[in-house]
Amino acid sequence: MAFLEIKGADKGFGVGKARSEVLRDIQLEIAEGEFVAIVGYSGSGKTTLINLIAGLSRPDTGTVTLNGAPITGPGPDRGIVFQNYSLLPWLTVTENIALAVDQVFSTWTPAERAAHIAKFIAMVNLTPARDKKPGELSGGMRQRVSVARALAMDPKILLLDEPLGALDALTRATLQQEIGQISRQAGKTVLLITNDVDEALLLADRIIPLTPGPGATLGESFVVDKPIERNRHLINHDPDFKRLRARIIQFLLDCGEQRKLVVNKKLTLPDLEPEDLTRRGPVLFNKPRPRRKNTTRREDVEIAA
Amino acid sequence: MSAHLEISRLNKVYPTPKGPACIVKDFDLKVRQGEFIALIGHSGCGKSTVLSMIAGLNEITSGGIFLTGKEVTGPGPDRGVVFQSPCLLPWMTAFENVMLGIDNVFYTADRHERRQIAEYYLTIVGLADSMHKRPAELSQGMRQRVGIARAFALDPKMLLLDEPFGMLDSLTRMELQQVLVDLWRRDQKTAIIVTHDVDEAIFLADRVVMMSNGPAAEVGDILEIPFEHPRNRKELLESPDYYALRDYLITFLEERAHIHPSETKAGPAPGNVVSFPPPDISAPAAEKSAAIK
Repeated sequence: MAFLEIKGADKGFGVGKARSEVLRDIQLEIAEGEFVAIVGYSGSGKTTLINLIAGLSRPDTGTVTLNGAPITGPGPDRGIVFQNYSLLPWLTVTENIALAVDQVFSTWTPAERAAHIAKFIAMVNLTPARDKKPGELSGGMRQRVSVARALAMDPKILLLDEPLGALDALTRATLQQEIGQISRQAGKTVLLITNDVDEALLLADRIIPLTPGPGATLGESFVVDKPIERNRHLINHDPDFKRLRARIIQFLLDCGEQRKLVVNKKLTLPDLEPEDLTRRGPVLFNKPRPRRKNTTRREDVEIAA
Repeated sequence: MSAHLEISRLNKVYPTPKGPACIVKDFDLKVRQGEFIALIGHSGCGKSTVLSMIAGLNEITSGGIFLTGKEVTGPGPDRGVVFQSPCLLPWMTAFENVMLGIDNVFYTADRHERRQIAEYYLTIVGLADSMHKRPAELSQGMRQRVGIARAFALDPKMLLLDEPFGMLDSLTRMELQQVLVDLWRRDQKTAIIVTHDVDEAIFLADRVVMMSNGPAAEVGDILEIPFEHPRNRKELLESPDYYALRDYLITFLEERAHIHPSETKAGPAPGNVVSFPPPDISAPAAEKSAAIK
């Protein structure tokens, strides 16, 4: 039996006419120690899926089990890193992490807990900033706090919900490397949700596309059969990576195309010249006539409705 | 023959309490009619400052910008701008937002023709069924489609795009890149896009201008993208040349963006045009790491 298993899970919101099916027939198996990335469009139901695993919502049908036990609510065995960091603004870095550690390791002595917290702050390179509040940290640093907090609970599985989506490209690249290293060191099972194919290729053992909603479901897995020590240059040079990257992107773009209905429309674009507004004077008697290019465009266009 | 857009020895200096801060230094660029240029560089390197000076939204400290021979002195409808956030008026529908500019620029035309223009562009960008919705009812990607339609509808001489897809997820971004490049080809526009997405630059641009890190950003190298338009993303992704170009740009951003061409004696001259295939770039990087050791 797989470590994390989702069988035939459906999830929708609303009732009657307002009902929208978000996830349909989700089948997912993740082995212990595996790093799986789920890639999909925004709005396709990625966060709904992670909420099912986190226990923040329950599937309408089907089951979600971790280590054989059904998931019925949130718990410290699943550490979550959200896109918006979700730190408490009035607490320092240490206090934010202590909040989780004090709950989970309540039997430890205060000294043991303090050492545990310090270890994880050091792991994400935030020791110099340990007494700062989230408002004094950059986006990348805040997300590091969030990662440290999730890992410090020693969860069985780490759930990363677009953790780097809000960061600029350069900070994202640095944090991708760090998340890769940390998850390898800790030997955790990780589920990463992302819309960035490169991020998935860099980090995951297996990449699963989520088709666009409504009624999103998981596509076929792409196994990244490469040593775990990767960098961006490897992805750029290795022919297997290039092929995989092209296949995944094409799969997702094709999914996006399929959800659109194509209709024909007749359109006319008048052949007007734009007026020079700097010379626009008051109109006294005759309104000036438009200047024309004599190339009125009449087109039948196929457009996605 | 003069270029469609000519930027000559452009400088931007801001006064600060610690003395003047030079943000953009001696920026030179000539853009042909119908060309698509991408400006890439790190956040804060001054790319957007250059773009807003072309738009006339930011004062020029020294140097000049000439569009079809006329000096740029302020904003105007001959340059269409697409911002990172689409900046739509929330109390107006998508259609009304686009009409706002059309009513001014085509004030001599009758109402029926003005409406035809808005309908044309909103349909082409894929909003045939949503053009009478307000921004709040549209997704982020759809709002940015309105922003693109609004810019093209005024038939500008030049399109200026400031990280237009930065707020979108990477898949929606690819869809909108297609929308943008299709319209650019259809209308034969001249365009400059500011981006830090290497794939976006290669997919869209004829030439990629790499800017060194600020302060005092300069033009590093200019990379010619040899693929013919229209480009097919699938074929592009399978082309070995694509990865060579991609690697060149990534290496520039990761290793060389902080090297200022005017300060390195042996380095390439500013505005050095890199032809294809790009020269071996691993050598200078190796020298650099050896020097650090």
